[in-house]
Amino acid sequence: MEQQNATISKIERLCTDIVRLTLYAPSIAAKAKPGQFINLKTGPGFDPLLRRPFSIHNIDGEGHLQVIFKILGKGTSALADLRQSQTINIVGPLGNHFQASPSMCLIGGGLGIAPLLFLARSILGQQDVPTLKIILAARNKQELSCFTPEFEALDLPLYLATDDGSLGHHGLVTELMPTALSGDTDWQVCSCGPHPMMSAVATICRQHKWRCQVSLETMMACGISACLGCAVPASDHNNTGKQYLHVCQDGPIFWEGDIKWT
Amino acid sequence: MDIKTPKLAVNIGDLCIANPIMTASGTFGYGREYENFVDLSQIGAIVVKGISLQPRPGNPPPRIVETACGMLNAIGLENVGLDRFIQDKMPYLRQQNCCVIVNVLGDSIEEYCQLAEQLNDVEGVSGLELNISCPNVKKGGVAFGTNESMAHAVTNAVRKLTKLPLIVKLSPNVTDIGAIACAVEEGGADSVSLINTLIGMAISIKTRKPILANVIGGLSGPAIKPIALRMVYQTADRVKIPIIGIGGISTWQDAVEFLLAGATAIQVGTANFVNPKAVEEIRQGLTEYLVEQKMESIKELTGAAKR
Repeated sequence: MEQQNATISKIERLCTDIVRLTLYAPSIAAKAKPGQFINLKTGPGFDPLLRRPFSIHNIDGEGHLQVIFKILGKGTSALADLRQSQTINIVGPLGNHFQASPSMCLIGGGLGIAPLLFLARSILGQQDVPTLKIILAARNKQELSCFTPEFEALDLPLYLATDDGSLGHHGLVTELMPTALSGDTDWQVCSCGPHPMMSAVATICRQHKWRCQVSLETMMACGISACLGCAVPASDHNNTGKQYLHVCQDGPIFWEGDIKWT
Repeated sequence: MDIKTPKLAVNIGDLCIANPIMTASGTFGYGREYENFVDLSQIGAIVVKGISLQPRPGNPPPRIVETACGMLNAIGLENVGLDRFIQDKMPYLRQQNCCVIVNVLGDSIEEYCQLAEQLNDVEGVSGLELNISCPNVKKGGVAFGTNESMAHAVTNAVRKLTKLPLIVKLSPNVTDIGAIACAVEEGGADSVSLINTLIGMAISIKTRKPILANVIGGLSGPAIKPIALRMVYQTADRVKIPIIGIGGISTWQDAVEFLLAGATAIQVGTANFVNPKAVEEIRQGLTEYLVEQKMESIKELTGAAKR
């Protein structure tokens, strides 16, 4: 991990409130693995004070990395107002990463779709490419379309769903899982999205004895395990006495069995 | 042209630190967390995460929330406990040649005493900082940090057991911080560090509930700097022992202000979260300021705002 000033190569509004930020940060991009995140300072001042963590959406092999975010508050509004060729202070790559397996299904919801592109591309770049399926969902067509072009270009089995039915299946990702994951295959699921979605995906995986990794998000101050602010309850199935895990250090990627789902 | 390098060394009791920039407990982990960003041996002193006799799991989440120019935390003193600190964390810090001050916390005077006794002979421990800002103690449930006689009692009990430089970290959530400072000076403290966080809270207008699971938390960051500075300024008139200024210090200019107010050294806290190189940048800035001001020693700054 390192701290550096990265130049904004491109900043694009993918729809009204979703922004894709392309940064030139060669040393961080070179080290990054799918599932890891960077911590961005939104500006030079003290308000907003804290950095904002974003999972890495994509890297291009030429020193660029991308993140995608939704404009929700002060920090993301400040970021959205940045312009090409401005610099931004980033720390990364942070956290652990997804692990590959011979038969994989990536399930993303909303902005949680972001890290799955990097993961899918990285899996396709392996020597032995595993069976790979992708299920993506969002609120509506507008939101989902911010992500679909890059995934469609991968030419993989792609299943889409929206809450309002404006694109793909009208409903939840979990309703697409039986179709996408039929057969006796020993699947490994990698999921990122709203907490209830990941919880539901994890439940289905447990029923089928599929391994399942989830990417968690919490409030975070430092991103380097100094503040201990990003705690999540642990299942502690090994009885180590550990009540909490830390998203920045133990995650953001967790085996679903390690989490105490609430 | 011969420009003298200004002297940055200062004394905290018998402890001489190479520069007055320390890290505040709870914002710098056990040091190693920052090894990729700063040269740990160059930090005046690393005050490690508060250590208790037994490991503590900490509070349920959410533990932190951002506020205007600051943040609230209710980590709940999560730490590895004394044994694991000595076994797992100290060897690395010794190897890096760091000046290590151990922040200790307990629920009773006996616990503070046990911690001090066990840390006395640990190689590489340069000093103790008593965290007397934690609530719910055995004796009547009053916080050590908000009661003069209890603050005196815990300081005095630990003083009798250790020759290590003894710093007592004060809570700002009191009517008269100077009175507590006097009490711990009287109890034998070598230094007081102030301020710890200010109690605050945040409520979600969406859920209509407090955001922190603990409901209240400690406010830190640039938002609290003017209050901390005032408390340092006023406490400097009350005690003779050196003061370590803490509270929202994010830049070298902030550090200069605290020194001018009467601090001998300063601790950088929340700024470490935002800028992991903060301590290094502050040291650099301070040095350049001294050169520019043609000062030979940083000691000339301490309390200068009062002269």
